[in-house]
Amino acid sequence: MNAPQPVQQDQRQFISGNEAVAQAARDAGCSVASAYPGTPSTEILEFIAAYPEIYTEWSINEKVSLEVAIGASLAGSRALCAMKHVGVNVASDALMTQTLIGAVGGLVLVVADDVGLSSSQNEQDSRYWGRFAHIPVLEPADAQEAYEMTRLAFGLSEQYDVPVMIRLTTRICHVKGVVVCSKPDIYQRKNFTKDPARYVMVPGNAKKRIPLMMERDRQLSLLSEEHPLNRMDAGIDNSIGFVTSGAAYFHVKEAYPDAPVFKLGLSHPAPVEKLRQFSATVDKLIVAEEVEPLLETELRAAGIPLYGKDILPRIGELSPQVLTPSIDKLQGKPSQEVAIDTTGLFPRPPTLCVACPHLGIYYCLSHIKNTIIAGDIGCYTLGAGHPWNALDTTISMGASLSVAQGIDKGRSEADQNKNILAVIGDSTFMHMGMQGLLDITYNKGNVTVLLLDNRAVGMTGGQNAPSSGLNIHGEATLQVDFRKLCEALGVKPERIHEVNPYELPTLFKALREEVKIKEPSVIITNQPCVLTERYSKLPPLKVDEDRCTGCSNCLDVGCPAILVSRKESVIKPNGREKELSFVNIDTAACTGCNLCTNTCAPDAIVPAFNVDKINAVEVK
Amino acid sequence: MMTSQKPSIELNSDTVTNILVVGIGGQGVMTAADVLSQAALALGYDVKKTEVAGMAQRGGVVTSHVRFGKQVLSPAIKPGDADMMIAFEPAEALRWHTHMKSGAVVMVNDYPLIPPVVSIGLYEYPDNPLGQLANDSVELHHFNAGEAAIELGDRRLVNSIMLGAIADHLPFSPEILEQALLARFQRKGEALTELNRRAFTLGRQAFIQVDSLATA
Repeated sequence: MNAPQPVQQDQRQFISGNEAVAQAARDAGCSVASAYPGTPSTEILEFIAAYPEIYTEWSINEKVSLEVAIGASLAGSRALCAMKHVGVNVASDALMTQTLIGAVGGLVLVVADDVGLSSSQNEQDSRYWGRFAHIPVLEPADAQEAYEMTRLAFGLSEQYDVPVMIRLTTRICHVKGVVVCSKPDIYQRKNFTKDPARYVMVPGNAKKRIPLMMERDRQLSLLSEEHPLNRMDAGIDNSIGFVTSGAAYFHVKEAYPDAPVFKLGLSHPAPVEKLRQFSATVDKLIVAEEVEPLLETELRAAGIPLYGKDILPRIGELSPQVLTPSIDKLQGKPSQEVAIDTTGLFPRPPTLCVACPHLGIYYCLSHIKNTIIAGDIGCYTLGAGHPWNALDTTISMGASLSVAQGIDKGRSEADQNKNILAVIGDSTFMHMGMQGLLDITYNKGNVTVLLLDNRAVGMTGGQNAPSSGLNIHGEATLQVDFRKLCEALGVKPERIHEVNPYELPTLFKALREEVKIKEPSVIITNQPCVLTERYSKLPPLKVDEDRCTGCSNCLDVGCPAILVSRKESVIKPNGREKELSFVNIDTAACTGCNLCTNTCAPDAIVPAFNVDKINAVEVK
Repeated sequence: MMTSQKPSIELNSDTVTNILVVGIGGQGVMTAADVLSQAALALGYDVKKTEVAGMAQRGGVVTSHVRFGKQVLSPAIKPGDADMMIAFEPAEALRWHTHMKSGAVVMVNDYPLIPPVVSIGLYEYPDNPLGQLANDSVELHHFNAGEAAIELGDRRLVNSIMLGAIADHLPFSPEILEQALLARFQRKGEALTELNRRAFTLGRQAFIQVDSLATA
């Protein structure tokens, strides 16, 4: 990522919500920032890392990341920690106790919800965590507000002695808008002061902190009632009025410009009394919030009549075209819904990259019978799809190992001969997979682990991790030795294999041997992500059409550079009809990894030296 | 057919201009949308840009919404509300055609890209997507920007060519767009800047040629 240029105050910039958060952290005098990469939050730390005055790290998981920020806050610095929604589940153990301690230097937790699941295993509403942890939640509606609210959050955290959550969604993180920065704070770092009654959360101390937290809740509620971030936009037609927050605010304004709108910036605790007064000024009150009916439930409990998820969808993003049909119906108007007609148009599903080192693994896994394969979170989750169909489970970060252990221990008589495998990437293994491996060795499980080490966090754009040997700035640092690590976690040295995933025969041999042995084993692949600088291309390949027999073996590799050029039906000697698929290779895309040549019996895949440059297949 | 002098989109103080940029991951859709946004920003407009991409970094559908005007609220363009579409691929143009306003300008790179799911026969590529688009009440233009980029020496030049092709349809002068485009390459050297200038000019000319062919 290019280093952002220094920004002058009052200058109009066109930046994303993520970059706005980064600039706000800098302008607030934040000095420690940590994160684990995760869509849609990843760029926040990448932008902050460009500011030399802020210590920045890719932590190994979100819990560690939050704890680093907590430590920095207790040491007297302003600290920020960013993560995606599922990251908070991991970090929650620290969060739920830190709320009793509060904050010394401003402590800001930026959470990005992937509303609509563009790249996540579930859809969650992180505003729940604000309520659960008794911490205030700020919800920006665009990049400018992301800047302003992040600036404000540090001071709020110090003033109320509380971690503060900034809740973003994909529509805030990745939407670019016009942002004007304001004058930076001069924050004087404090020193660490020993205070065990506050920082050592043993029962005796924690019990005394709980009433303080309750009082803080009360103070924050009073603040919320008066805070300018919670404001009303007057309307000219009071037949309907809206309560809304975050990205939904602008969708409401777009669709109902005449309606009064109560916009919540400090959405938790909600200004219930202000909202009660507002509800009395409109005929019908509609709560437009994304995902869960949180405000709705709280306002209903306060006896405020309203419409919410009874008329609006509970999953996915809101938008003008989602709001209008439901609300038109409520108002008894004929709906003017415009249908999106894409019926029959082919999809373009995400694929593994050309020459991805995971291709060989999935080719092998799809050719080994009698398996149950527990998968994990990363690019390699795509192995569940066409043409490999090679994963049986995907749940959470690191779950492949522990779920495989459970499948091993819980299998029925009929499944006794099945081979239990786990597939996990390097970064996910370090994030939360190591514990699962230790559980397998300690409890004498029988799982064959495929540890796909491509030296990077591939799915989020190739960020560095301890497997890279590089830190967030690309500087040399420790590179974890997976063989030694797995040995230390109890795997026998002879059960650990390091293989080149482009060498299919070696890979098959290692897999076939290890699944037969009834004890834990680990097969580590050792080739880098093709999107990182470590990967070097080789001369591209082509298909010799005279030799191609149309067997389609190479298509089982799943490389997007291999394309079918024509199909032909033939009658085999046994009288059965067989469809042949003749192929060619997109030479412009091919990087010559030679994986497909392993699968081609007639040696029809050959160097492309004199082939004309082609960029894509033309439609005839 | 219109001439290159007259903008297709009229802009007054209250309107928001909605431009949809569609294509496939890796084609430069987001960069093209960024350049459009920067041009509008330079003119003092409020601008919002949003992507619908999903896990689309490699070969997936990428759609970028650019909205600019005095004040922009929701970042996403509603179906039926787009004033212009820049489509880097014909089937992708078809995928989003219900987003177009009546009379909208649709500029298509007539260079189909076939995904593996079509190549192996799981799905079919639509018959004549441009013909289907022609049934809509839009102002359809198309030319092979993909071939043109390859002739210029780099297929990544497609987005500069496409930007050139729509430059005469915007509510601001083509030079503003050209400046915004070339500003991106200034730090990368004169050669690359010049190459993109040529691509942009070629796009403008290609469009004019297409127009005159169509009216002939």
